[in-house]
Amino acid sequence: MYMDTIIAGFGGQGVMLIGNLLAYAGMHHGLEVTYIPVYGPEMRGGTANCTVVLADEPIGSPIIHTPQSLIIMNGPSLDKFAPRLVDGGVLVLNTSLVPRERIPSPERVRVVEVPANAIADELGNSRMANMVALGAYVAATAVVPLAVVEASLPSVISNHYHHLLPKNAEALRAGAAHVRGA
Amino acid sequence: MSERLFLKGNEAIARAAIAAGMRCYFGYPITPQNDIPEFLSTELPKVGGEFVQAESEIAAANMLLGAAACGVRAMTSSSSPGISLMQEAISYMAGSELPGVIVNMNRGGPGLGDIGPSQGDYFQSTRGGGHGDYRTLVLAPGTVQEAYDLTLLAFELAFRYRNPVLLLGDAILGQMKEPVTPRVPQQTTDPEAETWCLTGAVQRPGRVLKSLFLDDGALAEHNTRLAAKYQAMETESRAESFLVDDAQLVVVAYGSIGRIAKSTVRKLRAAGHRVGLVRPITLFPFPTAILRDLALAGKRFLTIEHNLGQMVDDVRLAVRTVTDSAFYGHLPGNLPTPNDFEAPILAALGH
Repeated sequence: MYMDTIIAGFGGQGVMLIGNLLAYAGMHHGLEVTYIPVYGPEMRGGTANCTVVLADEPIGSPIIHTPQSLIIMNGPSLDKFAPRLVDGGVLVLNTSLVPRERIPSPERVRVVEVPANAIADELGNSRMANMVALGAYVAATAVVPLAVVEASLPSVISNHYHHLLPKNAEALRAGAAHVRGA
Repeated sequence: MSERLFLKGNEAIARAAIAAGMRCYFGYPITPQNDIPEFLSTELPKVGGEFVQAESEIAAANMLLGAAACGVRAMTSSSSPGISLMQEAISYMAGSELPGVIVNMNRGGPGLGDIGPSQGDYFQSTRGGGHGDYRTLVLAPGTVQEAYDLTLLAFELAFRYRNPVLLLGDAILGQMKEPVTPRVPQQTTDPEAETWCLTGAVQRPGRVLKSLFLDDGALAEHNTRLAAKYQAMETESRAESFLVDDAQLVVVAYGSIGRIAKSTVRKLRAAGHRVGLVRPITLFPFPTAILRDLALAGKRFLTIEHNLGQMVDDVRLAVRTVTDSAFYGHLPGNLPTPNDFEAPILAALGH
């Protein structure tokens, strides 16, 4: 088993948080994992992104140029990373902020649309759009069980915010339900 | 499995240093290694250790020298420009035979360069670095687990050889996170140090730790002994060999570049290409014997580095009686990915 993903969005959308969460879930599921925040010129105003690799053998590169999957939270990230996605790769797209029409050659990849901000708004907190997107990703790829992701939430959310754990779990499930119901 | 921690390379080194019995840390901030002092500033005092943010890297390195002279397990960490500033003290430590651990999270250069990864400090690391004729042991982890384990080893080797030990990573290793099983070191104190360290000369004659030898023949004798010590270090050489047995071409790459190249090797193997990888884990001593044996077995070589070509000199020296090594340099300022190494490897294979 091997899966790599680049998670990208605006700074503040919580892409590093869900990258960490996915990596923790992989570790708790018994997999080898790497997580790396990729810093570059894009840190100034463009996109924030991180790369997560999950595998059942020791991982080589933590840095991936042509990923097997993407979680795209905003338009600039789609423009930057969609051309690099492998043929047949999974593209989880936050359609609350990015129209599907913006995808270059959508026919060559598997597009998973999720209106992450809209679903998070319905749950009462648009800041949980990242969790909705990750829930959709996990449902679409089955790379780790959603229950393991939920159980890993305390590893990435500081004690001060532990009262929000149930709401975050709800957002993960809502993202997954959107994909399964689609 | 559940005992694994999920750590940045920098934090793994800091935790391992405490586990290894380090009781003094001196440093001065610089990216991309700041997680080390950040962690130690809160955690080292809790175990009774001393954390000092020095006024400069020069001061930090000389504090390391002082702590080492007292037989204390001590460490400093920095990144390339800061490590340059420390070289005078490291030379004095080598000359005075003082044990200490120096962490360099290599960043782009020359000069201030950038804050991204680089292997531009290979020569500085493996050729002594400061003035005079000396060597430091150089350990180059490729994973966060290895960063933890080699930090434990660094303290052990520093005291075994009474010599500075350099832990050489880069911005990739420092910033990436991986699961770590925190191993327990066999030894966290150094009773043997009582025979040479400075403790105040109570009820014993005084001792002198110095690097100045002006008496007739004294420096020659000193250097002869140091040379024998560097020779003895050869037994510490380590490398990871990956799919080399039936390989036509062996890629040689260390640290982060070694593991990135491993992904390329896996991909090309899947396409039927007979390529393998040797990832040196110790850079001094260099794993010469492993490479020489592969050369004698008829392998060809391609050295890949994140610089203009430095370690390739050591690979060529290792295989020189039999063959040569090709070279591909990915220049600092560009983040390397497995894709970047495909064409150079295929070219070296003759495709």
